[in-house]
Amino acid sequence: MIPSSGMPTDLRLYRPRVSTWWWTRKRSYFVFVMRELSSIFVAWFVVYLVLFVYAVGQGEAAYRRFLDWAASPWVTVLNVVALVFVLLHTVTWFNLTPQAMAVRVAGRRVPSFHIIAGQYTGLVVVSAFVLWLVTR
Amino acid sequence: MADSIQLRVSRFRPDEDSEPHWQEYDVPLRKEWTVLDGLNHVKNGVDTTLSFRWSCRMGICGSCGMTVDGEPKLTCGTFLSDYAPGPVTIEPLSNFPVVRDLVVDLSDFMAKLPRVKPWIIREDDDRTVFPDVEYLQTPEELDAYKQFSMCINCMLCYSACPVYGLDPEFIGPAAIALAERYDLDSRDRGNRQRLDVLVEHDGVWGCTFVGECTRVCPQHVDPAAAIQRYKLKAALATVKAFLLPRGAR
Repeated sequence: MIPSSGMPTDLRLYRPRVSTWWWTRKRSYFVFVMRELSSIFVAWFVVYLVLFVYAVGQGEAAYRRFLDWAASPWVTVLNVVALVFVLLHTVTWFNLTPQAMAVRVAGRRVPSFHIIAGQYTGLVVVSAFVLWLVTR
Repeated sequence: MADSIQLRVSRFRPDEDSEPHWQEYDVPLRKEWTVLDGLNHVKNGVDTTLSFRWSCRMGICGSCGMTVDGEPKLTCGTFLSDYAPGPVTIEPLSNFPVVRDLVVDLSDFMAKLPRVKPWIIREDDDRTVFPDVEYLQTPEELDAYKQFSMCINCMLCYSACPVYGLDPEFIGPAAIALAERYDLDSRDRGNRQRLDVLVEHDGVWGCTFVGECTRVCPQHVDPAAAIQRYKLKAALATVKAFLLPRGAR
């Protein structure tokens, strides 16, 4: 028998809340948040490079002062941490590229491996060129 | 192998409970038994008040998605023996309101899905219908969208997506993957209409490419890929609108 009041129209739902620490729950979430955080360190390297170029432009004394400052323990530590994050940034984004880019050559989908390998090849070529430029 | 395994099940009865609590059941541990088989064993003989959704038992209907040991899974394709010696925790899908026990409310997705117009749109909005015309497709044209057509709306991707958890306005992985499915269909002419929906603030730009949607998808749809490709399309459309005269877009 259907009760005279009919079916309940307003269901009482339980709405779970997302914890502030949701990103510590799973390794993949943690790596994602670290990847997002790495962009701050990418920005720091840009600032560092601008400061470096500016010091070079100011002449010999400013360049020496910059080198002394860059050799101070806290700047060294900051740069090492930044390097680790920039490497994480590079590796994670390189791995994600084939998903974002569906490259087709002659009607065939280019395999993920080739896209990732292409990026690492580009990285090696550019790094080798910079190394040659700095040390020649 | 032990002959039983404990299921730790999240229970919520809206008329009695203010929040979910755990209830433990021991079920037989058999090599061929899935988590869903364990739940049905409880439902049939141990505790008939336990509520959960299921239908096909073969990974195609998309009804039995639950959180098993913290991971969104289709329970009909998740074997108890992989969790031995247990216990196995079973919770409702994350990021959705819970109706009762393991049953979640999907009305948010049901409201979002039609917004991306997941159907074939023709130039004249089908005002001219030719019933005897076949719209042929080559195997290559089918291949272009087939992967995205495999979605079974099981909601595992929404459950895995932290963006959707934090901002329920986000239109979400499956809806965007289905938009891409019709965009890539050679018979469809609705790209512009879908793009207009998906470039809104709750569309593709909400995604931060966590990639979990793709990892948990039981059908290998790869919604994360669909979303990133949509971002590329949206960016190109903006650049074209800026650079090209109206007729050439």
